[in-house]
Amino acid sequence: MAQLKCENVTLGYDGKAIVKDLNFSVNAGDYLCIVGENGSGKSTLMRTILGLQAPLKGTIQTGDGLKANEIGYLPQQTLTQRDFPASVMEIVMSGFQGNCGLRPFYNKQEKLLAAQNIQKMGISSLTKRCYRELSGGQQQRVLLARALCATRKILLLDEPVSGLDPKGTAEMYQRISDLNHEDQITVIMISHDIAATLQYATHILHIGKNVFWGTKRDYLKSETGKMFSEWKGGGEE
Amino acid sequence: MTEMFEKLLMYLEYPFVQYALVVGVLIALCSSLLGVTLVLKRYSFIGDGLSHVAFCAIAIAGVLNFTNDMPVVLFFTVASAVLLLRTGQNAKIKGDAAIAMISVGSLAMGYLIMNMFSNSSNLSGDVCTTLFGSTSILTLTKTEVWLCIVLSIAVVTIFILFYHKIFAVTFDEKFAKATGTNSNAYNLLIAVVIAMIIVLAMNLVGSLLISALVIFPALSAMRLFKSFRSVTICSAICSVCCSLVGILISVTAGTPVGSTIVAVDIVVFLAFWSASFVVGGVRQ
Repeated sequence: MAQLKCENVTLGYDGKAIVKDLNFSVNAGDYLCIVGENGSGKSTLMRTILGLQAPLKGTIQTGDGLKANEIGYLPQQTLTQRDFPASVMEIVMSGFQGNCGLRPFYNKQEKLLAAQNIQKMGISSLTKRCYRELSGGQQQRVLLARALCATRKILLLDEPVSGLDPKGTAEMYQRISDLNHEDQITVIMISHDIAATLQYATHILHIGKNVFWGTKRDYLKSETGKMFSEWKGGGEE
Repeated sequence: MTEMFEKLLMYLEYPFVQYALVVGVLIALCSSLLGVTLVLKRYSFIGDGLSHVAFCAIAIAGVLNFTNDMPVVLFFTVASAVLLLRTGQNAKIKGDAAIAMISVGSLAMGYLIMNMFSNSSNLSGDVCTTLFGSTSILTLTKTEVWLCIVLSIAVVTIFILFYHKIFAVTFDEKFAKATGTNSNAYNLLIAVVIAMIIVLAMNLVGSLLISALVIFPALSAMRLFKSFRSVTICSAICSVCCSLVGILISVTAGTPVGSTIVAVDIVVFLAFWSASFVVGGVRQ
């Protein structure tokens, strides 16, 4: 049983379809990259997986012991967060909110787990620092630690390296890869970065005019994959 | 100076001054608690908008000759607050525009209704009182004081119990929703509490100055403090002190209560703002 299974899903806004009849599934331990041009529906797909909006048609099911609210999410930063007065600890702890239900305060176990996740992300020295004073890379690590508090199974990352410098980017990819390999956390990532996608992903979902879903090896052989990687590569030179 | 002090002590023995102090402090406390959330959610002007709605509701209640306008005012304000905060991100008319629309619209409607149907001889006086607050805080009855105490306790309890949820929803609504927090319900809760506070605060400072009570303490605290908890605590303390000082000054000097409190708030904000440069300078 797959952790996440999309069947004949049509995505869109206000009845207008952007992506039609999408089929794919994600198994435990996969590293799936979602690629595609701007406006191809990557973010809409992400929002639908997270349950923030309903698909126009079809179903998205979770399985393999994964509940719908056990998905850890690393969103793109919003404007509000830039000048938000909050300490790193407060933000990481808020990852547990989904498990709390009506319980007003966090318990000891959650505090311990938060500290572990902070350590895993290498930001223990920043626990009491103010979020808005951190560098972009540090902020991303804080949000990743928060996402880990919400899940132990699957992470959804929305362009996790946008706005980071090359060093921060490499570090972020390494951390995500470590989580995937060492902690067996499934990763689903939206990415514009074709080089990194081809380096780390096990599976690729390409949406747009041509839809492709499969392993990385098959993707490189496919017409869509060839076109996309060449075009991307050409653009960067 | 001693003369002033004696005068103050004399005033403090009157029950109406004591009532005013109790109510003033409670309202200041309540309004500052959610101020931080509102400022961060980019809803600083909601206080202004909702208080104008309350103004309109008072006008309607006055025309209909209701002896007790509280329920009408509460109903209209809560309804508008829910409308503004809940539709939030998906609305066709977004945050600031929606608030501006409701604010100006209800102010105009309220004044129009008052003008057309009022049988009071002192219309501009009435309007002025509702907008800028009156001496009504000095004419509170015991029942009103108790009502205020009960409502304040309710607001503070709700805030403490839902503190972490309010934080999660304010910091990142999308994440909270995606991980299973019922953010719609908490937005609704915030809206209802805000509306309650505004109806409460209208007695003290009047429609126009409520925004000041909501945002100044939060903004002052945000100059100096770095975590959500410390900002919230500081803004509560700051707000309570400002309104205490404001009421005492206004009682002794005979100035309007609402404006005096806001004036003190402004002075404190400037002080915090300057202090942030000093602290920032030291750190660097």
